[in-house]
Amino acid sequence: MKDFAALFARIDESTKTNVKLAALADYLGRATPQDRLWTIALFTGRRPKRAVTATRLRQWAAEVARLPEWLFEDSYHVVGDLAETISLVLPAPREPRDQSLSHWIATVKALATLDEAARKSAVIAAWDSLATQERFLFNKLLTGGFRMGVSARLMTRALAISTGQDVAVLTHKLMGNWTPETTSWEALIEADDPTAVLSRPYPFYLAHPVENPADLGAPAGWHAERKWDGIRGQFIRRGGGHHIWSRSEELMTDRFPELAQLADFLPDGTVMDGEILAFAAGAPLGFNALQKRIGLKKVSAKALREAPVIFMAYDLLEAGGADLRQEPFDARRARLEAVLAEVPPDAPLRLSREVAFDSWAALAAVRHESRSHNVEGLMIKRRASPYLAGRRRGDWWKWKVDPLTVDAVMIYAQSGSGRRANLFTDFTFAVWHGDDLVPFAKAYSGLTDAEFREITAWVRRNTLQRFGPVRQVTPAHVFEIAFEGIQASSRHKSGVALRFPRMLRWRRDKPVAEANTLADLNEMLALYG
Amino acid sequence: MAGVLTFTDRGIYCPAGDFYIDPWRPVARALITHGHSDHARPGIGRYLATEGTAPVLRHRLGDDARIETIAYGETRRIGDADVSFHPAGHVPGSAQIRVAVAGEVWVASGDYKTVDDGLSEAFEPVRCHAFISECTFGLPIFKWTPQEQLAQQINGWWAANAAEGRASILGAYALGKAQRLMRTVDAGIGPLLTVTAVENTNAVLRAQGITLPGTQPITEDVSAKSHPGALIIATPGSTTQNWARRFPGAATAFASGWMTLRGVRRRRGIDRGFVVSDHADWAGLNAAIKATGAEKVFVTHGYTSAFQRWLCEQGHDAHVVSTDYSGDDGEDAT
Repeated sequence: MKDFAALFARIDESTKTNVKLAALADYLGRATPQDRLWTIALFTGRRPKRAVTATRLRQWAAEVARLPEWLFEDSYHVVGDLAETISLVLPAPREPRDQSLSHWIATVKALATLDEAARKSAVIAAWDSLATQERFLFNKLLTGGFRMGVSARLMTRALAISTGQDVAVLTHKLMGNWTPETTSWEALIEADDPTAVLSRPYPFYLAHPVENPADLGAPAGWHAERKWDGIRGQFIRRGGGHHIWSRSEELMTDRFPELAQLADFLPDGTVMDGEILAFAAGAPLGFNALQKRIGLKKVSAKALREAPVIFMAYDLLEAGGADLRQEPFDARRARLEAVLAEVPPDAPLRLSREVAFDSWAALAAVRHESRSHNVEGLMIKRRASPYLAGRRRGDWWKWKVDPLTVDAVMIYAQSGSGRRANLFTDFTFAVWHGDDLVPFAKAYSGLTDAEFREITAWVRRNTLQRFGPVRQVTPAHVFEIAFEGIQASSRHKSGVALRFPRMLRWRRDKPVAEANTLADLNEMLALYG
Repeated sequence: MAGVLTFTDRGIYCPAGDFYIDPWRPVARALITHGHSDHARPGIGRYLATEGTAPVLRHRLGDDARIETIAYGETRRIGDADVSFHPAGHVPGSAQIRVAVAGEVWVASGDYKTVDDGLSEAFEPVRCHAFISECTFGLPIFKWTPQEQLAQQINGWWAANAAEGRASILGAYALGKAQRLMRTVDAGIGPLLTVTAVENTNAVLRAQGITLPGTQPITEDVSAKSHPGALIIATPGSTTQNWARRFPGAATAFASGWMTLRGVRRRRGIDRGFVVSDHADWAGLNAAIKATGAEKVFVTHGYTSAFQRWLCEQGHDAHVVSTDYSGDDGEDAT
């Protein structure tokens, strides 16, 4: 674990990609195959099954550190990370021992077989043998969520350096449904196993935002379509079955049972890229409807009735078992249309229709109507482009609709956590309702560090009341709040809930009296809700 | 009990002696715990500070400021109050101020740390009835790296950078932390360079008899070429100034108690964070308060609500006091 902790420290301390890459490649060259496999698994979002609840870990850590639980919770709020909080509050280890990464992963997995008392003593014994940094990593294994500044892409590049294999080949090998329990280093990386390929999606190609599409040149070279507001996914029809993958490499096949029938209409060896949308009567239902489906692993008949989904296809990556990604977009698109022509019109599969345009001004007018179609804006794709892996500039662009905005008054402030532990960064905003200020949204992003420092100093001097970590402040500052959508909500005092609220700018020029009103919000709700 | 010290919107006030301690608005008379800018502000009629703090005050406030000095442990009568200054261990010359009125003793700590940094006069606990404490790092997540281990970490980092032909830029507050680090590092590894704000403070401290290793200010002609493998002690705000361009590819680090937190390290975008502070850590705060024997504790800045609740649970009569000290914003005074 010392080696792995040293790797982590080198990655975590550096802001430079080359340093991270060198550290990873160096570690992969030295570690045992089992440690290598687990390292790749962890950096690509695979981890041992959670065997202890976060609640238990907090209780045990507070107990070992001899702290009241409320103080542990306050500390956790400041640190912003449970694994890190535990590693910091625990006393120094009494029996330091160095064991391999795989050893600690085996320890974590074995916890599932123990009763609670044995589980507790195993965790405490582990804490007592690990130094702070190693303890943090062990806790990360326990709690999951192993994000630490290494993208899957960087991991793959490092693996390419240490194995001499091609990045694209490795990227494909690392996708799909494997875990270190179901495969080995040999099978996953060294060997070429055709059956393992069956469920594997292609790396998604992601678009960059574009500010001014006129900069892209003549419209003739570009294809436009709606930017659908659903879940990006790949529909894979291979080996007699089907798989649905999300962009975050989550297997979602069972969550959308109504899409299973598509396997009957698509030839074997077909892979489509598209968007899963809640859809009824010929139009998307909006992301709120789909959201109700996302959390459900077992889908009820009611959910199927209220938020039926379709697959809105926009690209064809594989046909007849052949990889089409190097073909130009227009050619892939034509083949996609031919495939869809064989599917009955009432099946839950649609073609994302092209939005024809002859000038960027005309396209801007289409974009302007996005909100009324329940879409996020437009996608603009180069007609000649191959299907690349990851987020690459140049060929695919997203031109999102401008957000909705309101001017609101800051009334509560709370200090941030993690990166922003010593700053007030989480604010509650209100609009006028007569002479009252009614809270309607919380936001914590959009200001610069310098602005956060300035507002932090101000909050300290203008606190009216404290409620634990929350401070009520003098209503004095107006912020322009941007958001992507608005819906009615009985859980909020204001009667509305916003999607992705954030601070667009600090309106120092605006007096508090000129902030928006609840009536303004209700008007937006009527228009866009 | 009637307050020996009271809390006003100008600062901590002693009615019996008609003076303030570390006020944040202009007043006639102030007792100053130490020279950091949030505790020693301009525009005050008469200042009283320790002999070790006075030179920095003079440097910061100018020749017109009326500054009187007092030795550690010396008792002076002001009105009906007996005041004395005792080492706080925060920076050279820093003091806790003890105020006794009719047998009732209160102590204002200013900022303090309990570990001996080898530079500041070591913290001395003072018995009192009421203790006014900072708690910048008043949560159990804060534990400072022992001095010896810290020295190993910084020297190892500097030596590795020097071996790769890179300069090392170490950010630290100009008064106290910077000099502490200079005395911590092994000057045999390479040249020790300083930015203007640090060198000015060095000059003040050297003039009052504090020994520091030899430093070279970064003048126009100083660069990575002229001083290969250098360690540069820089103030946090100075690393975007012109001089930094003369050290391309330099490794960057910051020395602060906040470096405990991974998120804060990452926010700064630096290569390394060293956990070192001139404030007390969790264990230090608790030990200091216990040693005073105080029944009443007032906490002024930092994680005040949590620390106050903790102290109450430990049997103290603890209160939160609002002040203008900024020790907890972490960007400059750590």
